[in-house]
Amino acid sequence: MSRQTSRLDSKKVNSELLTLTYGALVTQIIRDFENIDDVNKQLERIGYNMGIRLIEDFLSRTASTRCLDMRETADKIQQAFRMYLNVQPTISNWAASADEFSLIFDTNPLTEFVELPADMSTLRFSGVLCGCIRGALEMVQLEVHCWFAQDQLKGDGTTEIRVKFIRRLEDAIPAGED
Amino acid sequence: MTIHNLYIFDKFGTLLYYAEWNRIKQSGITREEEAKLMYGMLFSIKSFVNRISPTDPKEGFLFYKTNKYALHYLETASGLRFVLNTDTSAVSVKEFLQQYYAKVWVEYVVKNPLWVPGTPVTSDLFKQKSDQYIRQSSLFASKSA
Repeated sequence: MSRQTSRLDSKKVNSELLTLTYGALVTQIIRDFENIDDVNKQLERIGYNMGIRLIEDFLSRTASTRCLDMRETADKIQQAFRMYLNVQPTISNWAASADEFSLIFDTNPLTEFVELPADMSTLRFSGVLCGCIRGALEMVQLEVHCWFAQDQLKGDGTTEIRVKFIRRLEDAIPAGED
Repeated sequence: MTIHNLYIFDKFGTLLYYAEWNRIKQSGITREEEAKLMYGMLFSIKSFVNRISPTDPKEGFLFYKTNKYALHYLETASGLRFVLNTDTSAVSVKEFLQQYYAKVWVEYVVKNPLWVPGTPVTSDLFKQKSDQYIRQSSLFASKSA
């Protein structure tokens, strides 16, 4: 159990390793659950659990403060994707109320060698990404709803993740003396 | 210069970690009560500062100082609270706490899958690394009492 702090900043991994490891995970979950809805739920949950930890790493590297509006949030998410997956999603399709936007991916590193079989058309292969965004934002007191609007695996031209702001969570107040 | 003690709270006020080095006077109450008092005070100061500030408070509460010691406070966007008591001559403690967060907390607590978020930290590796990091810092430089 000895970890060196010297290799802390430059832990680079070949993205193919991540892609294939993730593929193996999805395959295993499909084998375990068979029902695609359950698989989607599990992937979301795994993503959520990753997100609530990943946010700490992100905050410690960027020393970010809490976001004041969703535009700032969108920028930070974009920055996080660049940092962790080395892709640069485009932010677009803002709702008029400025509480909903899309992240457009030209390429998705998680689906590089993937083809969906016809009988799994409801599988959200990259579901962890949505869970991850949701989990991370929840830790900074933002409740959002996050889903795939388009997916290259399903024949769309680009992959599009839609993020919708639900509400700002309140800071907990200390428990009273009892 | 010297560091007295360190508290780490989460956003619900749970004491996740406590460590002390040159603490000369004990509070005389249990650690749980002390943590509750400490968290309650920080919470009050924070809302007091935000309310009373004549301009936009931006970062809010940062530290306070008595003639014997100084209390430094760092709150991350995720609601973690780091509280470090030092003597009054310590400088740039905020940067130090930020570094501690990045190099010790994230590395040895957040990246430890056996730690359940929201529970006190029991990892020996973290305790050891944390102690080492504090002792090696320029702020520590043994006791001046």
